[in-house]
Amino acid sequence: MAHFKKPEAGSWTEHFSTLGTEPVDYTDSIDPEFYEAEREAIFKKTWLHVGRIERLPKKGSYFTRELPVVNTSLIIVKGKDEVVRAFHNVCRHRGNKLVWDDFPNEETSGTCRQFTCKYHAWRYDLTGDLSYVQQEGEFFDLDKNQYGLKSVRCEVWEGFVFINLDPDAESLEDYLGEYGKGIKGYPFHEMTEVYSYRAEIGSNWKLFIDAFAEFYHAPVLHQKQAVKDEADKLMKVGFEALHYDLQSPHSMISSWGGMAPPKDLSMVKPIERILRSGLFGPWDRPDIEGLEPLPPAINPAGAVPWGVDEFEFFPNMSLLFWAPGWVITYQYWPTAVNKHIFEANLYFVPPKTVRERLAQELAAVTFKEYALQDANTLEATQKMLETRTVTDFPLCDQEILLRHLHKMAVDHVKEYQDAKAAS
Amino acid sequence: MPKLPAEFADLEKFSDWCLPTEAERYAKRLDSTMAQMQELYDATMPRLEDACAFGDKFPLDDLPEDVRSLIHLMQSLVMVSFPVEVWKQPRVPDSGAAWAELYVEPVV
Repeated sequence: MAHFKKPEAGSWTEHFSTLGTEPVDYTDSIDPEFYEAEREAIFKKTWLHVGRIERLPKKGSYFTRELPVVNTSLIIVKGKDEVVRAFHNVCRHRGNKLVWDDFPNEETSGTCRQFTCKYHAWRYDLTGDLSYVQQEGEFFDLDKNQYGLKSVRCEVWEGFVFINLDPDAESLEDYLGEYGKGIKGYPFHEMTEVYSYRAEIGSNWKLFIDAFAEFYHAPVLHQKQAVKDEADKLMKVGFEALHYDLQSPHSMISSWGGMAPPKDLSMVKPIERILRSGLFGPWDRPDIEGLEPLPPAINPAGAVPWGVDEFEFFPNMSLLFWAPGWVITYQYWPTAVNKHIFEANLYFVPPKTVRERLAQELAAVTFKEYALQDANTLEATQKMLETRTVTDFPLCDQEILLRHLHKMAVDHVKEYQDAKAAS
Repeated sequence: MPKLPAEFADLEKFSDWCLPTEAERYAKRLDSTMAQMQELYDATMPRLEDACAFGDKFPLDDLPEDVRSLIHLMQSLVMVSFPVEVWKQPRVPDSGAAWAELYVEPVV
C-alpha cells in the first residue's frame, strides 16, 4: 500500500509520459564510443560546477581545476573588478601549464596580482591579457593583444561557480531553469564550514548518480547502520519518496526523514542521542535567517515529515538540502568509460560551540560510512554490466530519476550526433 | 606532561587518541582491535556530555591546548562509535575496496 500520494496517472514514471516504463538499456554506461560522444555532447556543452565563491575571497584569489573529461585544466580567478573569470591554464608562448606548483597534475590555489609562467616568465593580468613578454624585442611583430589567455564561459549562481566550454550556451540562469529560480535565496553563504571528500570509483559516472538518486536501496544496503528494531521496521516499510519532479534535463526527489530528531530515541544509536546528530545532520537548526520559510522549490509536497531534497543538475551535480539546515553537493567527474572521480562537499553553518562542532563531526563521519557502502557496489555493477550478459534492466517507480538520467544522456548524444551528421 | 585538562585526568591513558585530523583518527581506527576501541568507547562515552559542557566554557576559535586535546579525543570517540555501536569491526562492512579521502576539513 502506498504511504504517500502518487500522481493521477498512477505512478510518477507514467506521469512523465515521455519516459516509458520498459526496461532500460545500460549500454550507455559501458560503451567506450558512447563515452567519447558524451564528452563532446554533454560535458563540452553544459554548465559544470567547479567550486564555491568562498574559495575566491579577495581580488586576485584563484584556484585551478583539472577537468580530464573535457581534456583541460582551468584557472578560475576573481579580478580587480570583483568579476570571476575562467581561463584555460595554458601559456600562449609554448603551451606550458601556466599555474601549478610542484606536480603538474595537482590542483592549486592562492592569491596573486598576475600569473607568471615558470618557463619563460610571460605574464598575464587577472583579466587574461598578456602584459609582459621576456625579451620582447627578440620576437617578430608580436602583438601582445593577440596572445591573451583563452577564456571560458564562467558564471556564478548563488555562490556556486560554473563553467561552460560552449561559447554559444544559454546563460547559467536559464540553464538551471525552474529549480534555479525556486532555490534562490537559500542561505548558502552562511554555510562556510566545509568538509570535502574525494574518491576514485571504478564505474561509469552515471552509475554513482544512480546510487544516490534513489533511496529504494537504503533499507537494504544500509540496514546495519540503524539499531536492529529500526532496521527491521525500515526493511518492512521499504522506501517511498514524498515527491518527484522532472524539469529536463534536471530532476529532483523529495524524501521524508524520520531521524532528525527521531520520535523514539531508542531508535537511534547512543552517540546520536548525546550529540543530537546523525545521518540527517545536527537535529538543532542553526540560528540564521533564510531557513524559515524555505524557498518554494524545496519540499515541494509541503510535507511535515520532510527530511531531505536532492536536486540533480544535469549532468554531474547533485545538491541536497537537509531539513536541519545544511547542504551537500556531489559531483561525478568521468576519467574513462568505467572510472570517475567522486567529490562530496558538506556545508554547515560554522559552529559556535564545542557541542555544535561535535554534532557536525558525527554527521560528517556518518556521511562517510554510508558513502563507502554506496561506492563499493558500483565496481561490481560496472563489471557485470560489461559482461553484456544482461543489457536491459527493469526500473521501479522509486527509480524514476535513473530512468530520466540515462534518457537525458542518450538524448544529448543523439541530438549532438544528428546535428553533426546534418552539418 | 598531561595532555588533557585536570578534570579529565581519568582519560589521560587514551591520549594517543588525541588526534587533530580525520585521516589520523580513521587510520588509528583501522589499526585498532575491537577490544581497544571498546575500551576507549566505554571510558569516554560517559564523559562526552561533560566534555561538551566543559568545552563550551571557551570560545571555539580560541581553545586552550588541553581543551583542544579533549575535543580531539571526543572526535576519536565519534570515529569509533560506528565500529562499537553497530559494525562490530573497524572497517565499514560491505565497503570492500572503496576509499574516500577527506581533503578539506575544519580542524579544531
